[in-house]
This record gives sequence, structure tokens and C-alpha cells, in this order.
Amino acid sequence: MKIVGISGSIVGSKTKTAMSQTIQTLQERYPDADVTLIDLAEYEIQFSDGRNYLDYPGDTKYVTETMMEADALIIGTPIFQASIPGTLKNLFDLLPVDAFRDKVVSMVVTAGSAKHYLIAEQQLKPILGYMKAQVLQNYVFIEEQDFYRKEIVNDDVFFRIERLVEETMVLAETYQHMRQAEDEKYGF
Amino acid sequence: MEQYRINPKQGMEFGIYTLGDHLANPETGERIPASQRLEEIVELAKLADEAGIDFFSVGESHQDYFTTQAHSVVLSAIAQATEKIKIASSSTIISTLDPVRVYEDFATVDLISKGRTEVIAGRASRVGNFDLLGYNLHDYEELYEEKFDLLLQINQNEVVNWNGQYRPALRNARVLPRPYHGSLPIWRAVGGHPSSAVKAGYSGVPIFLATLGGPVSIFQRTVDAYREALVEAGYDPAEFPVATAGFFHLAETTQQAQKEMYSYINEGMKKTNGRGFPKSNFAQGADRRNVMNIGSPQEIIEKMLYQHEMFGHQRYIAQMDFGGVPFSQLRRNIEQIATEVLPAIKKYTAEK
Repeated sequence: MKIVGISGSIVGSKTKTAMSQTIQTLQERYPDADVTLIDLAEYEIQFSDGRNYLDYPGDTKYVTETMMEADALIIGTPIFQASIPGTLKNLFDLLPVDAFRDKVVSMVVTAGSAKHYLIAEQQLKPILGYMKAQVLQNYVFIEEQDFYRKEIVNDDVFFRIERLVEETMVLAETYQHMRQAEDEKYGF
Repeated sequence: MEQYRINPKQGMEFGIYTLGDHLANPETGERIPASQRLEEIVELAKLADEAGIDFFSVGESHQDYFTTQAHSVVLSAIAQATEKIKIASSSTIISTLDPVRVYEDFATVDLISKGRTEVIAGRASRVGNFDLLGYNLHDYEELYEEKFDLLLQINQNEVVNWNGQYRPALRNARVLPRPYHGSLPIWRAVGGHPSSAVKAGYSGVPIFLATLGGPVSIFQRTVDAYREALVEAGYDPAEFPVATAGFFHLAETTQQAQKEMYSYINEGMKKTNGRGFPKSNFAQGADRRNVMNIGSPQEIIEKMLYQHEMFGHQRYIAQMDFGGVPFSQLRRNIEQIATEVLPAIKKYTAEK
């Protein structure tokens, strides 16, 4: 099972901290999973110009190909100006419309204010749904007050991340079994 | 129709096309050498010619997993190896080529083939050709429109005066050699969306419509939009042929045909397009209302006649070699086309 984590911003530390914790939890609990964490701050990714993702060079090609090869994705995002950051939206724009078909996608959201709680619900989920993802309905929402100097300091956040990892893996494994059983019925 | 060398009295034309993909056979994991793939493409054209198939065309793709980038060179070999079959590109990516050079090449192939050659000009769905050949992807639309227009002008006039943005001007330029019959049939390659077909209608050129899967009725909208645009621009749709292109394979039953073809198409699309073909969509290809021609000969004949009723098209071209299909399977298809499909299609579509 290939799992790809995305830290969807090139600035700040909270999303990176939350995603590092999420990926570490996943690796501890599912040592057989093939896990990759992509921190967008470490890559030079160009803006989408509409071409097939395979036709981009360099980092853009690497990141999009890695996402396309995943069985499940955990997308980490901060909230900027009451929305997802442009860097993350650009990743979606780079991919084909049905890029997340047969993939499970879950979300980890960091924000400066509790007022942003529904942004993922109202803005991120519709994009994932449009791109045909099997979306894990629960997401982890982490506020400013849960961090201190780039570390998570609220125990409940650790528990919520653990549950998110488990639910993502259960959904991904279940979906794979279901898909396999359905595909076998076609007889080709 | 005569201008495009189509005779409706002989019924709908049946052709074969290859994109020139060079992929491993997913069943065995083995990829034949490029030399063998090219040899087999020429051999396939020969078999099609001998079987009485009307048309054979070769595509141009500048990507990994392809081998007919120099498609006009391949067509030249096919021109030499065949007798009666019409030959063409499917398609020539005119956007990133020089129309003068393309015309020289295709007029030459036409002379070698003694007047059997056509050009289908497209825009490319993958865009590796832009970087490779030194063009800017931002000019994608304009490059195509301008160069396609120049190609048409060269076809209509032996001496060309032309000014444009993407190529040096031409002053009293004579583009030689001239084709066997004085001009070449030139078609516009059209994808799923009607807007490209509408442009073809406005400029009064015939269309080749690519149809991978989905309802015939959806593609019919594109054909209708094309004919409406022809009328709006003052042309008579009865003078402009329409051709469709799509996946094709024959086996004893439709279930068997799908089984024999799915892994080639699915794995091939993963490699060349970055996404596979979902099984649920592929399975729906068996439905009579779906454009995909993968099934038993009897079912495919019925589907093709249904498509003809809906589109009123003059030519169908079949893609049967995509994704590393072994040559033995292609040979079997050609035999069945010749003995079962072709006679029935011709009989029921010939205009009295």
C-alpha cells in the first residue's frame, strides 16, 4: 500500500509539524506501508498550464507522479485568507480531473483560528470529491494554541492524528478489497 | 466528396490506424525492438491492403513509448509496400512542424503511392513536441490555427504569398513537388469537445473525430455542431466527409474480446496518458450505444451500422494495436474484418 503525505504550504511550520507527526504515527503503526512525505517547501513546482502531468519537467513531474501512484493520500493544509493555500490548489490544478479515482484521501488542517473549522468541509472536500477521491469524512483540525515552538503540545491532537491514520488505512484497505472483488466480477 | 476521394456509392470506408506506440506486452512484460515494431506496422499496412481495407494511417507522438515520430518516413515505406490502400497521418502535429516541409514530405509520399496519400493535422494531446522542437506551449492554439491555415493554402496554390507570426513570410514561394492529383485531402483532427469541430466547419475542412469511449449520442453532438458550422460559413455539408476513430477488436464473444483487449488498453494508457481505463467504463463499451468497437463480429457490425445511422460518416478507422498487442492478434483481426465485417458494412452503407 502506497501512502503519500502532502504538506501543502511553502511557508510556516504548523502544517509541516502536523504532517511529520502524522507520517511518523503511520510508520510506527503500519511498518509495511510504503510511505512518502512531500513538503512543498522543499520543491520548485510550476503553475499548471493545462498540459498532461507527465509532460512537466523536474520537481513538478516528481510530485505529481508520486501523488498519482499513491493508493491513499493524507493532505495537510493551513488556512490562508479563509481558504486553502494557492500552492495546494496548484497541485490539484496540475493533475487530471479524475486523478483521485480509486484513491482514499484524508485531511489534516492547521489554522490560526477556530473560525476556520469549516473551510476544509466547504472548500477542500468539494475539490477532492470532484477529482473522484474516496474522502475520509473526519479530519483533524489543529489550532494555533495546540502548538508551541514547532511542536504539538495538546495530547488530544496526538489521539486525533492516531485515529485519522487508523481510519485512513482501514478505508484504504477496505476500498482496495472492494475494488478487487468488483473488478473480478467483470471477468476481463 | 470527390475532392476528398470519397465515393458514397461504395459504402462507408473502413480503415486502420496506429499511433505508433511502442509498449511492452503487459501479458509477457516484453517489449519488441523498435525496428521490429516499425516492420510490423508496415506489414500490418500490407495485410490491410491485401484484405481490401480502404485506409491505413500512422500517428506522430514525441514521447516515451512511441516510435513513429518521423511518421512521414514510415508512410513512405508503407507507400512503397502497398498497392491500393489510402494512406495518411493520424495525426501530423502541424503546430510544431513547418507546413512547407510537411507538404513537401506528403506530396512526395503521394507521388510514391500514386495519389493515395492524405494529411490529418492535429494539435497533440501530449505536448513533449513543444520543448523538443523549440516551440512555446502558450502558443498551442494559435500555432495550430496559423500553420494549419498555411498548409491549406499551400495545398490550394502552387505559388504562395503568406505572412504570419510563427514562420518567416513566403514570397512567390513554389512548394514542390505537387501531389499526384494536384492536391491532397487535408483533414482536421478533432477531440471530444465540439469547439474544435466548429472551427473545422467554419474553415470548410473535413474532420477526423477521435472517440475512445462513451455514448455515440454525445459524439453525435460534435458531428452536428460541425455540420451546423459548415452551413453557417456557407458550405454544403454534403460535400464534406466525416471520419471517426476508436478502439477495435474482434473475438468470438464480446466477453472474450474485452478480456483479450483490456490489459493492453489499460496498461498502455497508464504509460502514455498517466491514467488507466477504469474497468467499469470499459465494461460499458459492450453496450450498443457505446462507441467502442470491441466485441464479436456480429455485434460490431451492428454497432458500426448504428454509429453510421447516427453520424452519417463516410469513414471509420480502427485502432487495434495499442499497448503492445502481439502481431498474431492483429493478423487475426484483419482476416475477420475482411471476411465478415467489411462485406456487411459495405453492403448496408452503400448509397444507391
